[in-house]
Amino acid sequence: MEWEIVIGLETHTQLATESKIFSSSSTRFGAAPNTQANEIDMALPGSLPVLNRGAVECAIRFGLAIGAHIAPRSVFARKNYFYPDLPKNYQISQFELPVVQGGSLRFFVGDQEHTVNLTRAHLEEDAGKSLHENFTGPHGESSTGIDLNRAGTPLLEIVSEPEMRSAAEAVAYARTLHGLVMWLGICDGNMQEGSFRCDANVSVRPKGQAEFGTRCEIKNLNSFRFLERAIQYEARRQIELIEDGGTVRQETRLYDADRDETRSMRSKEDSDDYRYFPDPDLPPLAITADWVERVRAELPELPGAKRQRFETELGLTAYDAAQLTMDRAYADYFEQAAAQLPQGQAKLAANWILGELSASLNRDETGIAQSRVAPASLAALIARIIDGTVSNKIARDVFAAMWAGEHDGDPDAIIEARGLKQISDSGAIGSMIDEVLAANPAIVEQYRAGKDKAFNSLVGQIMKAAKGKANPQQVNQLLKEKLG
Amino acid sequence: MAITDQDVARIAHLARIALSPEDAERTRRELNGILGLIEQLQAVDTQGVEPMAHPLSAHQEISLRLREDKAEPGNETQRSALMANAPATAQGLFLVPTVIE
Amino acid sequence: MSTMPLHTEFDSIEALGAALRQGKVSALELADSALDAIQAQSGLNAFLHVDAELTRAQARAADDLLGQGRGGSLTGIPIAHKDVFVTRGWRTTAASKMLADYTSPFDATVVSLLEQAGAVSLGKLNCDEFAMGSGNENSAFGPARNPWDADAVPGGSSGGSAAAVAAGLVMAATGTDTGGSVRQPAALCGVSGIKPTYGTVSRFGMVAFGSSLDQAGPLARHARDLLELLDPISAFDQRDATSLPDCDGAANQPGRVRAQFDAAVAAQQEGGAKPLQGLRIGVPAEFFNEGLSPEVAQAVEAALQTYESLGARRVEISLPRTRLSIPAYYVIAPAEASSNLSRYDGVRYGHRTASYGDLADMTSRSRAEGFGPEVLRRILVGTYVLCHGYYDAYYLQAQRIRRLIAQDFQQAFADHCDVIMGPVTPSVAKRIGENRDDPTADWLADVYTLGVSLAGLPAMSIPCGFSSSQKPLPIGLQLIGNYFREGQLLAIADRFQQATDWHQRKPEQQ
Repeated sequence: MEWEIVIGLETHTQLATESKIFSSSSTRFGAAPNTQANEIDMALPGSLPVLNRGAVECAIRFGLAIGAHIAPRSVFARKNYFYPDLPKNYQISQFELPVVQGGSLRFFVGDQEHTVNLTRAHLEEDAGKSLHENFTGPHGESSTGIDLNRAGTPLLEIVSEPEMRSAAEAVAYARTLHGLVMWLGICDGNMQEGSFRCDANVSVRPKGQAEFGTRCEIKNLNSFRFLERAIQYEARRQIELIEDGGTVRQETRLYDADRDETRSMRSKEDSDDYRYFPDPDLPPLAITADWVERVRAELPELPGAKRQRFETELGLTAYDAAQLTMDRAYADYFEQAAAQLPQGQAKLAANWILGELSASLNRDETGIAQSRVAPASLAALIARIIDGTVSNKIARDVFAAMWAGEHDGDPDAIIEARGLKQISDSGAIGSMIDEVLAANPAIVEQYRAGKDKAFNSLVGQIMKAAKGKANPQQVNQLLKEKLG
Repeated sequence: MAITDQDVARIAHLARIALSPEDAERTRRELNGILGLIEQLQAVDTQGVEPMAHPLSAHQEISLRLREDKAEPGNETQRSALMANAPATAQGLFLVPTVIE
Repeated sequence: MSTMPLHTEFDSIEALGAALRQGKVSALELADSALDAIQAQSGLNAFLHVDAELTRAQARAADDLLGQGRGGSLTGIPIAHKDVFVTRGWRTTAASKMLADYTSPFDATVVSLLEQAGAVSLGKLNCDEFAMGSGNENSAFGPARNPWDADAVPGGSSGGSAAAVAAGLVMAATGTDTGGSVRQPAALCGVSGIKPTYGTVSRFGMVAFGSSLDQAGPLARHARDLLELLDPISAFDQRDATSLPDCDGAANQPGRVRAQFDAAVAAQQEGGAKPLQGLRIGVPAEFFNEGLSPEVAQAVEAALQTYESLGARRVEISLPRTRLSIPAYYVIAPAEASSNLSRYDGVRYGHRTASYGDLADMTSRSRAEGFGPEVLRRILVGTYVLCHGYYDAYYLQAQRIRRLIAQDFQQAFADHCDVIMGPVTPSVAKRIGENRDDPTADWLADVYTLGVSLAGLPAMSIPCGFSSSQKPLPIGLQLIGNYFREGQLLAIADRFQQATDWHQRKPEQQ
C-alpha cells in the first residue's frame, strides 16, 4: 500500500515589539523572573488590556508580504482554559475574524519549486513559563515555579493549509517562513529563545484517497531538525499503526528529542471546549486602507520581488535567486557584489556567495554580517577571474588568503605576492604543451587511438607543469590544435 | 433540553469548580430552572440582526483604540508589590503543585 | 440619642464645600464624626473595611489644601467606595471569601480621580459578592441592612453604598451598575443614583463582572450631589479600551456633564412657571404590567403628574422586548462573568484551599470554597451558554436580541420622547432572608432596569414616595436618557427635587 503524508504547520512567531501586546511591559528576553510583568500581565483584579499598535503593524507587514487579505475589521476573542502560566485562565486570541486571511509562500525543496497556501495569521498573547525545578510548596509538596515575564508577549500565529506532503517540504516551508519574518523585521527568529515555534499537524492516507486521515498535532518544535525528525517519526508511527489494524486517535503529542519519538500529551477529543467569544474588553480592530498603504510604502523590497528581479534582471536561476533571498543580509551582500561586476556576470557572484563564502561562514560559525570578505572585495576577486588574471581554481586559494586577512584582504596584492597570475600567453602555453607532448609519447598514442581519457591526462600534466596557473580554456584549445 | 449529571460534571470541570454530589444535584436542578428562563430567547426571530458586543454600537461606530509601542521598565521592587498577595512564592516565582505533562 | 455625623447638617456637597473652604468646618472633623457614626451604626453592616488612619491621612491632606486656599468642590467631602473598586491601603474583597485578604497595589481610576479631587474616603462598602445580586444578601460578610427597616434589604448589588448614603454616614458613595445595581438600591433606600452612558466612566480598577455592562455610578441624596461626583469621574481613560474619547462631539472629560447640566437648568429657568415646557416623557406600557405592585405604580403615577404640572407632556410608548431583557441579560452577564472570574484560581492571589492533591484539585477546591452560591451559579450558567453547540443559540442569540432592545429605545427617543420614565423595581424592599430558595425570582424583579444596561443608556433613580407599611419603605422613579445625556437627566431630576421633598426624608435612627 502506498501512503501519502499530509502536513500542515502552525507557527507561533514572537513579534519584535518593544512592549507586550496588551500591556506596556518590556518584551526583552532574560530578565529576572516576574520583573517584566505588571498588573495586567498578572491579571490582578480590575486590570484591563490595551492593544499595542506595533503588534498590528507587524501583522500588516506579514500579510502584505505573503499577498494575503488584511481584514479591515478583525475581532479579538477569549480562548478559555485553565493553566497556571495563563494568568487570566483565558488567552486573548483571534478566532472567527483574524487580522490576516489567505496568502501563500513560495519556496524550494531541493530544486523543485513549491507553493503552499496559508489559511490565516492572527494576533494573540503568549503565556508565561513553568519552571519545573523541584520547588517545595507550603505543604511540602513538589512544586513548579511560574514566571510571567513572557506572558503577554505578542504572537503572530501563522497557519498553513495542509498542503505539505513530506518532512523535507515542511522544513523548507518553515525555513522560508523563518527567513521571511526576520527579513520583515517582525521577529528575531531566535529559536533557542522560543521566538519561532512550530506545531505540526500530521496525518496519513492511502495514496489517491480524497479524505484526510485522522491527524495528530505535535507541539512546540523549536528546531528544524526536530521538526523533520518528529514528522518522520509520527508519519511512520501512524502508518505502522494502521497497517497493524489499529486506528489513529486524534491527539496532541510532544516530540522527545532524546528518544527521537513522539509521545501522547492529551487527547484532543477530551481537551477543553475553549468557549471562544469576542472579548468584551476589546472593541473590533479597524485597519484602514490608508494604514495598509502606509505600511506597504515602508516595506523593504520583499523576497519575492527581489527574487524575481534577480532572475529577470540579473540572470540568476530560480533556485539561486530563491537561496539568496532567504535572508536579507545575503541578498544585500549579493546585490552589492553584483553591482561591482560587469553586466551579465552576477551569476558568478551568486556561485561564490552560495559556495565558498557560505562554506567559510559555516566553518567559522558566523553570520554573513561578520563576513571577513566584504562584497566589494569579493567582486574585485571575481573581476580577476573574468579578466583572466586567475582561474576559478586559483581564485579559491586567493579567497582563502583574503579570508585569513593576508595583505589586508586585497586580492591583487595576494595574487602578486604569491605569483598566482594565470598564464594566458599562447606562446608560453604552447611551449609547455610541446614539452609535455614530447615527454609523453605513449599517452599521445593512446589519444590518437581514440582514448579520450588520455586527453585529460595530458591536460593534467600541463597544468602541473604550469603549477595550476595556465588558463584552462587556452590549454584545452591549444592542445587540441597541436594534437590535430 | 434538560441538563444531565454529565452536563453538570462537564461544566464544573470546564469552570474548575469542585462540586460534591449534593451540590451537583442541586446545581442540576437550578440550572434546569434557569434554562427554562433563558430558553425564551430561542423563540425570537432574529434573522438578519447582528450580535451586539459593545452597547454603543447601535449609536456609533466603535473601534479599538491602540497604544503606542513603548515599554515601561519593571523591577524587583515593583515585583514584590505585585506579588504581595500570592499564597506561595519562591525566588521571585509563583509556586503551584507540579503539573506532569 | 444617636450620633448623626457633622456633614448631615449640610444640605448639599455644594454647601458643605463652601463651609470647608470658608474654614467653618475642617475635613478632619468631618472625617472623625463620620468614623464615629459608622461605628455607632455598625449594625447596618454597610461598611466592610474602615481604616481610621488612612481616612485621617486623606482628611489632613484635604485640610492642607484648604488651608492654602486651593480647595475644590470635593475637597474634604466624606465619601466611600463600593468594595469592587480596587484601592491601595484598604482591602478590596468584592464581598467575597475569594479576596478576603486581598490588597491591591493600584487604585481604580474612579478612586484616583476622586482622591485627586480631594474627596476623603471613609472606607469600602458592602455589596453583593462580585456585584452579583439585588439585595446585598450575597455578601460573604453578612447582609447590609436597609436604614428604613433593619429587617429589609437595602437592595443590591450596591447595597452598602445606598445604605451608607441613606443613613447619612457619608455624603455620597460610588457604586457599580451592571443590570440595575446602582438604581435599584438607590430606589429601595430612598436615595438618588445614576448609571452613566457605557464608556463614559473608566472601568479600570473595577473588579470585572459583566464587562460590556458594568458602569460605575455615584449615589447621593439628590441630583446636584450626584453631579458633583459624576462630573470628575466622567473622563476618557486610556487604560480602558472601552472608554470613549468623545461623546457625540464633546470631549469625554470633566466639565462635560456639568456644562450640559448648567445649560439644561438655564433653559428650564426660561420656562418660568412651566420650566419643563416641551419635555416629552415616554412612559413604556410594558413597565406597567401585572408584576408591578399597586403602591409603586401609584407613587410613579404621582411623580409623572408632578412632572406634568411642571410643563412636561406624557407620551405612551412601547418597549416591546422589555420582558426579553431578562433572559438576554442572564445569558450575557453570566457568560462574561464566567470568563472574568476564571483568574481566581489561588495561584497569584486570592483564596487557596488548605489541603489539596494536584493542581486541578487545588484550583477547583479553592474556587468552590472562595465563591458563594450565587456566584457559582452564574459561573456555571455562563460556562454552559458559551459551550460549543450552545453558543449560537444562547450567547449570540442574546446579543442579537440586545441589539433589538437597543433599537427599541432608539426608536422611542427618535420618534416620541426626550426622556423615558417608569418604576425602578416592581415592589419595595423585601425582608432579609425572604424567598432565598428560588434563585431566579430575584432575577425577574430586574425587568425595568436590565434593558437600559443592555443598551448602554444613562439612567437614574430618584425617590418619589413611600409604601404604606408600618415602617414605610422608599419607592424610586427611574429616568432614562439617550446616550451621553447625563447632564440633562440630572437637570430633569433636579427640577423634580426642587418641587418635591421625597429626597429630604431621612430614616429614623435605629
